[in-house]
Amino acid sequence: MSFEYAPAPESRAITNIKPKYGHFIGGKFVTGSKHFPTINPATEEILSQIALAGKSEVDAAVKAARKAYNSTWSKTSGKERGKYLFRIARILQERAREFAVLETLDNGKPIRESRDTDIPLAAAHFFYHAGWADKLEYAGLGSFPKPLGVAGQIIPWNFPLLMLAWKVAPALATGNTVVLKPAESTSLTALLFAEVCQQAELPAGVVNIVTGDGSTGALIVNHPGIDKIAFTGSTEVGKIIARSVAPTKKSVTLELGGKGANIVFEDAAIDETVEGIIDGIFFNQGHVCCAGSRLLLQENVAEEVLHKLKKRMEKIRVGDPLDKNTDVGAINSKEQLAKIVELAKVGDDEGGQRWSPACDLPKKGYWFAPTIFTGVTSAHRIAREEIFGPVLSVLTFRTPQEAIEKANNTPFGLSAGVWGEKGSRTLWAAQHLRAGVIWTNSFNKFDPTSPFGGYKESGWGREGGRHGLAAYLKGVAGE
Amino acid sequence: MSNRIDVKKTYKLFINGSFPRSESGRTYEVKTSKGAFLANPCLASRKDLREAVVAARSAHNGWSKATAYNRGQILYRIAEMLQARTSEFIEEIMITTGATKVKAEKEVLQAVDTLVWFAGWSDKISSLTGSNNPVAGPFYNFTIPESMGVVAAVAPENPSLLGLIESIAPIITSGNTVIILASTKAPLSAMSFAEVLATSDLPAGVVNILTGKKDEIAPWMASHMDIDAMDISGLSSKLTAEIKVAGAENLKRVHSFKRASAHRITAFTESKTIWHTIGV
Amino acid sequence: MNFYGLVDGSEASLKTYLNKLSGVDQVGANARAAMLATRSVKTTSKRWAIDTAISMVDLTTLEGADTVGKVQALCTKAVRPDPTDSSVPSVGAICVYNDMVGVARKHLDLIGGKHVPVAAVSTAFPSGRASIAVKVLDTQDAIDAGASEIDMVIDRGAFLEGRLIDVFNEIVTIRQVCGEKAHLKVIFETGELVTYDNVRKASFLAMAAGADFIKTSTGKVAPAATAPVVLVMLEAVRDFYEMTQKRIGVKPAGGIRNTKDAIKQLVLVKETAGEEWLNSKLFRIGASALLNDLLMQRIKMDNGYYASPTYVSVD
Repeated sequence: MSFEYAPAPESRAITNIKPKYGHFIGGKFVTGSKHFPTINPATEEILSQIALAGKSEVDAAVKAARKAYNSTWSKTSGKERGKYLFRIARILQERAREFAVLETLDNGKPIRESRDTDIPLAAAHFFYHAGWADKLEYAGLGSFPKPLGVAGQIIPWNFPLLMLAWKVAPALATGNTVVLKPAESTSLTALLFAEVCQQAELPAGVVNIVTGDGSTGALIVNHPGIDKIAFTGSTEVGKIIARSVAPTKKSVTLELGGKGANIVFEDAAIDETVEGIIDGIFFNQGHVCCAGSRLLLQENVAEEVLHKLKKRMEKIRVGDPLDKNTDVGAINSKEQLAKIVELAKVGDDEGGQRWSPACDLPKKGYWFAPTIFTGVTSAHRIAREEIFGPVLSVLTFRTPQEAIEKANNTPFGLSAGVWGEKGSRTLWAAQHLRAGVIWTNSFNKFDPTSPFGGYKESGWGREGGRHGLAAYLKGVAGE
Repeated sequence: MSNRIDVKKTYKLFINGSFPRSESGRTYEVKTSKGAFLANPCLASRKDLREAVVAARSAHNGWSKATAYNRGQILYRIAEMLQARTSEFIEEIMITTGATKVKAEKEVLQAVDTLVWFAGWSDKISSLTGSNNPVAGPFYNFTIPESMGVVAAVAPENPSLLGLIESIAPIITSGNTVIILASTKAPLSAMSFAEVLATSDLPAGVVNILTGKKDEIAPWMASHMDIDAMDISGLSSKLTAEIKVAGAENLKRVHSFKRASAHRITAFTESKTIWHTIGV
Repeated sequence: MNFYGLVDGSEASLKTYLNKLSGVDQVGANARAAMLATRSVKTTSKRWAIDTAISMVDLTTLEGADTVGKVQALCTKAVRPDPTDSSVPSVGAICVYNDMVGVARKHLDLIGGKHVPVAAVSTAFPSGRASIAVKVLDTQDAIDAGASEIDMVIDRGAFLEGRLIDVFNEIVTIRQVCGEKAHLKVIFETGELVTYDNVRKASFLAMAAGADFIKTSTGKVAPAATAPVVLVMLEAVRDFYEMTQKRIGVKPAGGIRNTKDAIKQLVLVKETAGEEWLNSKLFRIGASALLNDLLMQRIKMDNGYYASPTYVSVD
């Protein structure tokens, strides 16, 4: 007998998914009018019916947020606002397991990641920003920092609760109220978060959650009662939003796409580099805006790295996201799977050499095996377009200068990785890379104290850290 | 007085450290405040803009990687050169705008002081807007501001020299390069300022100055995909939305300011966060 | 000796060979080991892992207070770890000080434990601070007394001074003493080498010099067999196999006290070196208290309730 891990599924008994959900407006759950299903992408099981917010619901949410801003929240001291955020952080920690299981069910990501990354980081974001609420005048963003008012926040499906935390925590800490829309395919943890707001006794209307699709998002973006739009999602939609708000006085922050370069120099610590490449592209099924989706290998170590990478990929465990030993879970939706399949096909057609380890994919649900394409050049579409899936394009370079030139050869500028044991060279590379987040000898690390955001077409503004507060305060740009 | 004929200055563009005429061959007439003919500056075209962007882009790497100390010294050198030519600028402003000597002098001296002020910012902005971030893990994590790249600017009509310098100085002190469209009605001091720049050790292409029409050039700036950001302080608010819509195509950072401030520096910087492992 | 064709025995060739090694990033190695520690091993796989771990234990007593009686008791336990359950496998070996080798071998043979080898800690264990002549005699003595496995220590002082060729030559010498009669395990005392770079370097040095096993620690210095150190050594044997087609064994020792720790070790083996290493020929765990915890967990799995230490023998 060999050492096969027996199935180790996390129990879903801890969750209590209702058959149907409404919106969370003015501190109460209100019934929706139209509904659409949300599914478990690993099984295609319908988990619940989610309400589709139209104009009246968005109006009601904005009105509730405005009322809360005027009557309560703007009159609540930073010290007291902070206490609410601390409460939220603690409740998230207390209910962490429930959130993790629910996130995995609705999103398809492995329980190991929702348990060890998404939920703890979400709680940490609230804890971190709680402490800012009464210290804003020390943030170097003006002597009398003032909130913007009502923030409309539209978040993606790749890290549902974590992206909610990235948006809601700083908005509340700085004194804004919120109308938040989770992504169409992953509303459940946001709706559970509404319960957390109730348990924390957050004043009614400070956080409002409306569910829906892109049409709901557009209603928020174009709503005249909103002072600020914060969006995380595709560059394509980000540009639409930028155009929509151009004639208005709304302030905007955008967290958009990327095509992160992961540069491996000849002196890299190979085994840890291979782990970092894996983290860079297969973490969260590659549904990561800052994924290291372009691997740039120095030619004299390319063969060795690729050999070890393939060996390591053979050990990746793809399957049931609830199984504690799963490394790569399900693709979030049918549409996303189709997009990945299509771009991978483009990779084939352009002459890239596709390779995947042998792995049995489940029959039901949306799955894509971890994949690398070798023989890719900067001119290939799979080296330029964001795939947002577990697909890595491998390119090579000869000199450090050439690595930087290739890495920067993209309209995106969100993230990059640099691997090498020579400190001066890794810092040199970090200095020359045109990207907002650079990991040297690591990848896909996140922390509430660490600003995150992109150069160029990867977005506007930063989230996290002292810098992230600026997105929710008046007049910080001095305009 | 003898009957000697004055040698008048030909006002051209300032691109990549040189003074070319507009490729279009176009000029327009600038008059004194009293309506007399003053000069025929270039009416810059979109192709002049294109050339200027190429120059600004190729200058960016060197300028942004120059030490902050070096950039500060060069900005200070520009101030020195401007101070030395004060009287010439006063005269140019007076004749173009009809300003009194006192007012014109005040503008020029304030322009000199503005350059000195921003010169001193070059090596301080990182300390004030960067940060060390205490992440929960074995990482040294820090955030530094960096220049955005190529910035296009539209200078206010008035004050023509001070407004130009209040736009240029904060943009370049952090390492950006700039293409700026001067005051349409009063472009002469801008082009004379180009001569100051040309004698100030400023690398070619860091500052490029065009003269011409704002409603013609600004939309081309906004749609140019190799421009990273815009300072539209000098643009009428009627055009703002159109510029922002066009700029959205490559997500340009578009800003407008009412006065000189340190925010004008940070508005054109990007924060870069670097994670480095700590281990033995 | 040809050292797998990797070195020619000269200091220059040893340096060239070791300088080609890639570095180890401590943060990355720790992160990988921590991630593998989250593997959940349940039901059938846990049962398999417990029995496999028992068969891999080098049941050890290395104390100044060791007596004939103590060693004999340990031998009894080694052959039949659970006297009430004959399906429990014997352990991998008995590991004792040199002067107890004869006692252990004789007693094992007497009680039906011929299949259980005796490992001796030789070469001036644990410090290694003796002349090579003494180390050779020490080793020869253990083999003569019936040891079929020699756990030698490297000269950490020489290693840290950079006299790698001296470390190499000592291993080569002891390897020659062992000849065909004894397997050679080379102990690095990773707690004294400190860095993972050193662990990797020591691993490749020892493997080229003829080690059959590389072993983390003496058990006398902390930290000992930490997960990342074992990870680095498993990566080394995996890479060495690719270079030479020869599989070298790994033995973590020290600090592995309960079933959870032992299973984490097996997970490291499975996901790093691979399934081929998951047997007592290529993986051993140096321990004493571990065995009883494995037995208690085994009882729990069979009976469905938690066991009491009073139901497993103290030695």
